[in-house]
Amino acid sequence: MADIRLIRRRIRGVQSTAKITRAMEMIATLKMRRAQERGLAGRPYAEKIWQVISDLAALPQEEGVLHPLLQRREVNKIAIVHIAPDRGLCGGLNANINRKTAGFIVAQKVPVSIIAVGRKGWDFMRRHGQEIYAEFSQIGDWPSLLDTLPISRIIIDEYQKGAIDLVYLAYTQFVSTMTQKAVLQPLLPVEPETVLTGGNVDYIYEPGSSEVLDELLPRFVEMQVYHVILEAIASEQSARMVAMRNATDNATELVQDLTLAYNKARQEAITKEILDIAGGAAALA
Amino acid sequence: MIKLDIVTAERVVFSEDVDVVLAPGVEGQLGVLPHHAPLMTILEPGELLVRKGGEEFLMAVSGGFLEVRPDRIIVLADTAERAEEIDIARAEEAKQRAKQWLEEGIPDVDRARAEAALRRALVRLGAVERIRRRRRRPGS
Repeated sequence: MADIRLIRRRIRGVQSTAKITRAMEMIATLKMRRAQERGLAGRPYAEKIWQVISDLAALPQEEGVLHPLLQRREVNKIAIVHIAPDRGLCGGLNANINRKTAGFIVAQKVPVSIIAVGRKGWDFMRRHGQEIYAEFSQIGDWPSLLDTLPISRIIIDEYQKGAIDLVYLAYTQFVSTMTQKAVLQPLLPVEPETVLTGGNVDYIYEPGSSEVLDELLPRFVEMQVYHVILEAIASEQSARMVAMRNATDNATELVQDLTLAYNKARQEAITKEILDIAGGAAALA
Repeated sequence: MIKLDIVTAERVVFSEDVDVVLAPGVEGQLGVLPHHAPLMTILEPGELLVRKGGEEFLMAVSGGFLEVRPDRIIVLADTAERAEEIDIARAEEAKQRAKQWLEEGIPDVDRARAEAALRRALVRLGAVERIRRRRRRPGS
């Protein structure tokens, strides 16, 4: 008898877990879509700014002095902007991105400093005694460009000071709802494409081409950081969506098995009772 | 008519064929008509006026770039909002909040954020104010 009660309680527990995971799946779907939309909405800006930078970089430099963000230097220190979620429950996503960055750090000969965005990445790096330059968490599920500016500001300042000579972005690329890939891509120095973009170089620059470039480059970095964070959020949410869907499916399956076991146990108990009564009656007769 | 695109890192704000664009360039207010020479200029925070047929659109931009190409005009704005989108009460509130943050003293990272918020609120309010004044001026 106690057995039946236990099974019943277990069924109820699993059912309420399934309810929660189903809700989490729906929320993640919504958030993923939002992040994707925002990423797409900013794409024209990204393409444009990249094209203008390429145009400008193709121009002969007047003073022969390259903008600091374009300068390639001897590498004494590398910084990685490590973008990971604040929360777990998103399958292997956290482990993948952490492993990716860690693998890269181990392979380097020069010291590497981490700018951690998101608590999960920060926790991981701290646990392993990695040098952490800055930490940004609680950036939320829909950051505006403004929310990401402090991150890009630190990168730009440190790079211009010469404290770091190479900057990478580590984040989870959104391939599709089902696949997300941990990637590491260079951010600084900016390396404009040398491909001629139609040869439209006859511009009037106000106040001058180098001033325009000065203004453009930091914005380009800001824009890239913002976009990569949005993409990381889309990845996080889609990974969570898939993980939660699996959890819901598993719970449903478990409930089915448990219900079967419950019915069997109940029937057995009834049969046993009938046998007892029948046996008692037979003994009296 | 010339095609005008106003884009920010967050969204496309405006994309239509227009007759004239008046923009706050660093070297002074600047008007662009079709067949303007190719140009790339930095924009100052201020208002951007677009004329199309008999219509006028006003926008507040907080800096950015303006590019004129033979077939189109592209504005890469840091932020851009149509005048009718700006909520004065909210901008005012944001300004107060940001000021309060700065006065109370907060950690460095948040400080940068608060300063940016304050700057943005001021640009918005300034643009709305200028836009209102312009409307009151007769004949424009």
